Amino acid sequence: MYKLKRILASSIKYAALLLGAFIALLPIVVILFASLKTKTEYAATSPLTPPVNWLNWANYTKAFINGNMLTGFVNTAFILLISIIGATLTGSMIAYILNRFKFKGKSLMLGAFLLATLIPGVTTQVSTFQIINKLELFNTPWAAILLYLGTDIIAVYIFLQFLDSIAVALDESAMLDGASYLTIYWRIILPLLKPAIVTVIIIKGVNIYNDFYTPFLYMPKTSLQVISTALFKFKGPYGSQWEVISAGIIIAIIPTLIAFLSLQKYIYNGFAQGSVK
Amino acid sequence: MLKFSNLSYSKQRLAIIVAFSFIPLALLITFAYLPVINMFKYSFSDWNGYSKRLEYVGFENYIKIFTDPEYFSVFKVSLYYFVATFVQMGLALYFASILSFQTWFKNFFKGVLFFPSLMNGVAIGFIFLFFFKPDGTLDTLLQAVGLGSYVKLWLGNPEIINISLAGTSIWRYMGFNFIVFLGAISSISSDLYEAADIDGANRWHQFRSIILPSIKRILQLNLILAISGAVSAFDIPYIMTGGSNGSETFVIQTLDVAFKYSKVGLASAMAVILLLIVIAVTLLQRLLIRGEED
Repeated sequence: MYKLKRILASSIKYAALLLGAFIALLPIVVILFASLKTKTEYAATSPLTPPVNWLNWANYTKAFINGNMLTGFVNTAFILLISIIGATLTGSMIAYILNRFKFKGKSLMLGAFLLATLIPGVTTQVSTFQIINKLELFNTPWAAILLYLGTDIIAVYIFLQFLDSIAVALDESAMLDGASYLTIYWRIILPLLKPAIVTVIIIKGVNIYNDFYTPFLYMPKTSLQVISTALFKFKGPYGSQWEVISAGIIIAIIPTLIAFLSLQKYIYNGFAQGSVK
Repeated sequence: MLKFSNLSYSKQRLAIIVAFSFIPLALLITFAYLPVINMFKYSFSDWNGYSKRLEYVGFENYIKIFTDPEYFSVFKVSLYYFVATFVQMGLALYFASILSFQTWFKNFFKGVLFFPSLMNGVAIGFIFLFFFKPDGTLDTLLQAVGLGSYVKLWLGNPEIINISLAGTSIWRYMGFNFIVFLGAISSISSDLYEAADIDGANRWHQFRSIILPSIKRILQLNLILAISGAVSAFDIPYIMTGGSNGSETFVIQTLDVAFKYSKVGLASAMAVILLLIVIAVTLLQRLLIRGEED
């Protein structure tokens, strides 16, 4: 009786997992199918039918070239690189002084960063837009870069958490050797923060790569489009050509998939850490 | 020559505190606090976003939002996303619990369930346009399993459009909650399970008396964040429908009012209301959690 119950429970478990995996994969798999079909094939077959020729790349070349996706990748890479380096440096710098020094206004500073987490970015866009406009950054990549840097509070938290676990004795022994605070930060703290930096890079990277709203609103110029906005533009000219749109979708997902498969372990840890405030 | 390392440590300290906090604070003030202050200011004006002149109109914008049903009714759409969050949490918790025990192909299932939450929002929007379109994935699937009579205009019918969109939102965000829960559950000491096994507790008992209490805080946090998530829903409906057929959310409306109709004053008042809701909810949550700890 007991054994029967166990078997039943276990079959329910695997049925649920398989159903879950099916629902997670099906919407993506049909897009992969569509992206490899020719126009006539797409029109004649159902979405669930696999393509005849698995090596039909015609839609991919069309999407990549006509959809300006190369520009999108170049712009995304540029913005990603600068924002991530900047966020890592500024985040670790402020965390360093907040964690290591006692000074007037410290709790005020910490409070200011904390309070800012209460403000959801999407509510303040209307007036943030005016600031970007006044700084004459509208339609430049710096609009996005500054916004990605400026709103980064998660990074500060992650660095603060990690700094707690780095012994102050290390700083002190370096000071006995005559190292300046700058040397301590650069030579001791920053290298030891590596796991935290990886976490920040992943969380930040995923957010920036997937963000649609910031580039859409602040950099509408075609030459400045990123992957998200380049893909969004497919809605117009290719509205009914789903085989081309599908290829564009897959092109946009591939970098995420590669990053996920190669960094799985760090990504799981990073996301679990980033969410615990 | 003056070298930084020749300064006394107290001078160095001062220099480094100022130097290291300058940029982060400047960014924080410019892009977090200044917009909020300006937003309150604009919300009492009739500004259109570009003219030099700005006239203060008192509470007129706020009165308009609260009295004109056109503006306030969009909150009804939030209810769909709010309900969806409970489904999302439930699923995430279920999958996290079963995958925290021995399972075949554990890493495969973990990866597949989590991957959607890493995907590009625009790509997800398009994938689900294809999923819900007439003769798209869902219709074909229903027909294939003999449920063809349930085929509907998933994105064309105002009665069900928000259910379709909220479903997309579950698909997108479930994996994130799942991985957070999984992390929390895996930090529970295995001794507890062993002790429970010896006591003859089944999986359900273990879930109720070991897993649930240990992740209660994170569950509460997520559930209450769900409210602010629901009122600020934007990406999915904007990319998929642009807010047509009764799928307009408060944020889509706010941005349209500001950038399409150039009513920055009115839009700011809407944003202030949204901000106040989110802050009230967050504070409420902090109070509730603190109250329980005492």
